[in-house]
Amino acid sequence: MERTAVLERFDVNNVRKDFPILTRTVNGKPLVYLDNGATTQKPRQVIDAIAHYYTQLNSNVHRGVHHLSQLATDAFEVTRRKLKPFINAAHEHEIVLTKGTTESINLVATCYGKAFLHAGDEIIISTMEHHSNIVPWQIVCEERGAVLKVVPINEAGELDMAAYRSMLSDRTKMVAITYVSNALGTVNPVKEIIDLAHASGAAVLVDAAQAIQHLPIDVQALDVDFLVFSGHKMYGPTGIGILYGKEKWLNAMPPYQGGGEMIKEVTFAKTTYNELPFKYEAGTPNIEAGICLAHAIDYIQEIGLDQIARHEHELLEYATRRLLEIPGLRIIGTAKEKSSVVSFLLDGVHPYDVGVILDKLGVAVRTGHHCTQPLMDRYGIPGTVRASIAVYNTTEDIDALIAGVERAAAMLR
Amino acid sequence: MTINEIQDELIDDFSFFDDWMAKYEYIIQLGKELPLIDDRYKTDHYLIKGCQSKVWLHADHQDGRVIFTADSDAIITKGLVGLMVKVLSGHAPDQIANSNLYFIDEIGLKEHLSPTRANGLLSMVKQMKLYAVALNAKA
Ligand SMILES: Cc1ncc(COP(=O)(O)O)c(C=O)c1O
Repeated sequence: MERTAVLERFDVNNVRKDFPILTRTVNGKPLVYLDNGATTQKPRQVIDAIAHYYTQLNSNVHRGVHHLSQLATDAFEVTRRKLKPFINAAHEHEIVLTKGTTESINLVATCYGKAFLHAGDEIIISTMEHHSNIVPWQIVCEERGAVLKVVPINEAGELDMAAYRSMLSDRTKMVAITYVSNALGTVNPVKEIIDLAHASGAAVLVDAAQAIQHLPIDVQALDVDFLVFSGHKMYGPTGIGILYGKEKWLNAMPPYQGGGEMIKEVTFAKTTYNELPFKYEAGTPNIEAGICLAHAIDYIQEIGLDQIARHEHELLEYATRRLLEIPGLRIIGTAKEKSSVVSFLLDGVHPYDVGVILDKLGVAVRTGHHCTQPLMDRYGIPGTVRASIAVYNTTEDIDALIAGVERAAAMLR
Repeated sequence: MTINEIQDELIDDFSFFDDWMAKYEYIIQLGKELPLIDDRYKTDHYLIKGCQSKVWLHADHQDGRVIFTADSDAIITKGLVGLMVKVLSGHAPDQIANSNLYFIDEIGLKEHLSPTRANGLLSMVKQMKLYAVALNAKA
């Protein structure tokens, strides 16, 4: 009963009022923002919180006894406290605040590598990983003499689970996989991936950069070892990211960087490290972003991820159907389970050219390889045009996209 | 014609287009019409890699003049490449090296030369000038 009432209250036009940037024009046209996979726009609640931080709270965290430092520290820790139920972590200290997904992955690759990787060990990733979930593992493999294995995908952009199964062995130490593909929109069966990895004794890192803002995630139900995501892709500020790690791993791994905040006691003979999560948070963090991320979490929870997912899925299906009506248009990534992303190509037309024309029409999409060059190579294409959807997008946005692509096709072919 | 005379002529041509559509249609047409480079030069050796579109550039030195040919896999980039070649090709190295390419700004296409565009065009212009500077130094 209550749920239905909430659902009925969802009105995208009200949501849009929270995002001031959506009223601006680009090249004389109303902005149609469909590059949400790169970063989302920010609601007034987050923007106001940033101004509030600098007008009322600014001071360093975890350091001073003075009043402002207390306020800033408390506000910063509120974010961690809100993140815990948001992903259903067992403990607040399992949540490490970083710069972003990229830093979170580098942290795990480096520290897990130092503690647990030996020559001949294997790490499994997939063909559809973002460069930030490829390169850190390549680096650590080179350092430790470990071997990187890559799970192939089928033409639709789905993981070859049989191949994955056959790759797992007692040499497998880590499986690092994206939850949702930023280039294809594929939603991977992470629960199954995690269970299979655990059965082989491997840990799993899930890159949730494109999942956290679209679907509810429960790290305990998934039993995932590490989960990483970025604040700026979930309506929050840039410069703040999240690393969830199971306590047992975070305790067993060495620190990432040395500096202030991460120590308990420093003498020149020996330094003892601070407890979790501060052990991994050396130096002054991005305080403003850390504090204001809490408002983005509130925002998402107020609407509800179920509702967000439903709205975005309707738009995704509508966009897919309309795009396929355009002659010579091919969608790259046709997995059964998809979220929020539609990538496509016009036959005989370079994606860059489509992006230029769409930009002239005020439609913001991403063109290129989307930091997934091995995936583009897999399809033998230079890149795609990618429209990625957020909670504030409308059917009118999709109509503008379609009109733009039709215009581009007429001009470019 | 000098480099600047060609630029001025292009600025004049473009002044007849009253909206972006017409301008881009012209550039796209240029891109479609121009067989810019001999296929044997469309190899990695001549490739200037933008992050998004590729540009191939070949330079020849004949009778004290530099002849450029170039190409791109994206049609708008190719049209713009064609404009650059039209302006800079066939001139003496010192003229190319010292040229100021103001036309691209004047015709309202400056955004395509920004480093963040990653279309390879800016790198191409740099490469053309470097080539001319190198020839100049040798002379
Ligand atoms: C799947 C995926 N992983 C990782 C990243 C990197 O995130 P960030 O640049 O915020 O560190 C992105 C962002 O584009 C992404 O889409």
